[in-house]
Amino acid sequence: MSAPVPLLEAEAITRRFATLVANEAVDLKVMPGEIHALLGENGAGKSTLVKMLYGLLQPDVGRILWRGKEVSLPTPKAARALGVGMVFQHFSLFDALTVAENVALALDETAPLAEVSERIVEVSRAYGLPLEPKREVWRLSVGARQRIEIVRCLMQDPQLLILDEPTSVLTPQECDGLFATLRTIRGEGRAVLYISHKLEEVRGLCEAATILRLGRVVARCDPRAETAGSLARMMVGSNVGEVRRARAEGRAPVRLRVDNLSLASDDPQGTSLRSVSLEVGAGEILGIAGVAGNGQDELFGVLSGEARAPEAGNIVLDGEAVGWSGINARRRKGAAFVPEERLGHAAAPRMPLSDNALVTGHAAGGLARRGFLDRARMLGWVDAVTRAFDVRKGPRDPEAASLSGGNLQKFVVGREILHKPQLLVVSQPTWGVDAGAAMLIRQALIDLAAGGAAVLVISQDLDELFEVTDRMAVIFHGRLSPAYPTGELTREAVGLLMGGEGFAAPREEAA
Amino acid sequence: MTLAEAIFLTVITASTPLLLAAIGELVVERAGVLNLGVEGMMIMGAATGVAVAIVTGSSLAGVLAAIAAGMAMAAIFAVLTLGLAANQVASGLSLTIFGLGLSGVVGAPFVGIQREGIGKIPVPFLSEIPVVGPILFRQDPFVYLALALVVGVSWFLWRTRAGLVLRACGENPVSAHALGYPVLRIRLYAVLFGGACAGIAGSYLSLVLTPFWTSGMTAGRGWIALAIVVFASWLPWRALIGAYLFGGLIILQLHAQSAGVRVPSQFLAALPYLITIVALTAIMALRRSGGSVAPQGLGRPFVPDR
Repeated sequence: MSAPVPLLEAEAITRRFATLVANEAVDLKVMPGEIHALLGENGAGKSTLVKMLYGLLQPDVGRILWRGKEVSLPTPKAARALGVGMVFQHFSLFDALTVAENVALALDETAPLAEVSERIVEVSRAYGLPLEPKREVWRLSVGARQRIEIVRCLMQDPQLLILDEPTSVLTPQECDGLFATLRTIRGEGRAVLYISHKLEEVRGLCEAATILRLGRVVARCDPRAETAGSLARMMVGSNVGEVRRARAEGRAPVRLRVDNLSLASDDPQGTSLRSVSLEVGAGEILGIAGVAGNGQDELFGVLSGEARAPEAGNIVLDGEAVGWSGINARRRKGAAFVPEERLGHAAAPRMPLSDNALVTGHAAGGLARRGFLDRARMLGWVDAVTRAFDVRKGPRDPEAASLSGGNLQKFVVGREILHKPQLLVVSQPTWGVDAGAAMLIRQALIDLAAGGAAVLVISQDLDELFEVTDRMAVIFHGRLSPAYPTGELTREAVGLLMGGEGFAAPREEAA
Repeated sequence: MTLAEAIFLTVITASTPLLLAAIGELVVERAGVLNLGVEGMMIMGAATGVAVAIVTGSSLAGVLAAIAAGMAMAAIFAVLTLGLAANQVASGLSLTIFGLGLSGVVGAPFVGIQREGIGKIPVPFLSEIPVVGPILFRQDPFVYLALALVVGVSWFLWRTRAGLVLRACGENPVSAHALGYPVLRIRLYAVLFGGACAGIAGSYLSLVLTPFWTSGMTAGRGWIALAIVVFASWLPWRALIGAYLFGGLIILQLHAQSAGVRVPSQFLAALPYLITIVALTAIMALRRSGGSVAPQGLGRPFVPDR
């Protein structure tokens, strides 16, 4: 018997964007019935590669073979006709439309909605992906949204399913469900191309891996035979250090106290906070885990002063009630805040970095004097953040929007940390950031706490929370669990809390 | 004909141009494009329509020319906002200013020339129905067209796949592009449709309502059409209600003036906009637990990453 023909083969693919070479002579082979991992840091060229495989971008050089025959993929429709399906990292769903309408949009043949709905129910039952066709998407959880994406791919009967970082938004339990589905898909002889940052997950799921660095293939391996450390080494090209933790034990004075805080959300789709209480001491990092949309945004808003607490005494900063104070008043007391959304919330996209430094530094950072801006100091601040956090950028002071996601994240975190705040509240500090930069940011958080600051980290990344925090609490439906010492917690225990186990039944069911 | 019937008739004629323009703009906005140039496209339709009708002696030729003029104006807007990704608000405003100026040039040779308006077509049998018949079924073709458009657009947007794709482009152009839909081309078609509707609405003014040309004869109706789209929360059948409500207000304003009612005419002229604000606030309050009303991608330029 001759060697089996790969389902999909990319040969010597090169793609440039202006001066940037996103992919250079990339080869990729995916066999039928295989879950193939595509690994790499931010900007390694993974997304560019899969966009070409799905017909969204065209390679400059190189060819794509499907079952041994050369094909051209001018549009996603052509790719779907061959049997390629794709689940996007940022969901390509339409919030105002129903599940069935969303699925119908991705189907190439025209079918009446009623028929589409029936097929959704069939497919979702066959793969264990429960969905209600008539629901509008904005009413659904992140996990359910991902199920729509997967179901709508499966309805095309694809031979190759591409998933771009599918687990970054799921609870551990939801991840297990997804893995079971992927194994079912593999069992049917279909192939999966799986992009992920989470190396443990890749080791447990995938039989083959292609590793990209700076647009080139640097390694191919069987991830089951590797360790997470060796995979990370291949991705980064050097050793990824562990964060250092060295800290004095013993109770320090409480810097931030939140006392029985309840707050109705302004946003009709938001989550109201219900009697949230917590304490963060000097020199301590408290983590808040939870699936997105369980009140994290509301909690961050009320802590930073973007939203007003019902009573001033709900939030106490260094012994002073600040629940009614604005964000600048809190900054003058030595607090700093890094919101989750870096573009549009943490940074103004079309403003240069120096102006963005001013945005949070004007009240307490000494960047403005008697109402006049100190341009030299603003630029100096940008330079200092660039040096300390290895922000990679072309010009000295570019627009925030021109930075890559990971580099902008380093900038917005660094901008606050360099002020040496007494309290830092940070949401999703390393969201979408590659391993090297993530380590840098986490180390900075630990060093900040070691210097006596109180740090509150809101994150959905359990690995991160286990790595940096001293104590951890879980937020669910707007309520916060007690904080447990991180050393005494297991991943499973936190996962169960994130799914709502152990919380008293909520009085009103979320619609 | 009783007085009530006469008033109903005038309300219908006052409402029809509003409805025609609004239904076109509704489709444009559903595709995610905000074209504030309705007034400009409309008055170009009015000027071109009457000019061509006088020159050729054919009302039909006038209407077709008005459609072409509206679409040509819309095409300019499309080149700016879709081709060059220019700011939609600024482009739309300049389109209106441009149209108001250019229509004066087009219409200048025809100032004051009167011609016979387009007549009414009674629908056989139905127009014989007492009371309702003469009001609803003894109308000019534009009235029937406007009503047919409401039904047609409603059916298109919610019952056809093409309509679903168009709404998808307005909700989330990035996702629609990722699924392989030609967002810019779909938006172009929508903008051209909006231009055609505004052109017809304009020709109604100069060929039916007041069958001659005076400069600036649209008198803000394009803006009211824009307000109707918002008032209707982007639903065609609500646009129908809005158009008749606002058309009724215009007539009420005229009657109030002639009857010597001591309400400032400026207040009555402002009423459509006030009602729009109130309606919008009410809708937002009612939808407190609901999603957003406007298409999510409305007014945001889209540039495919190629």
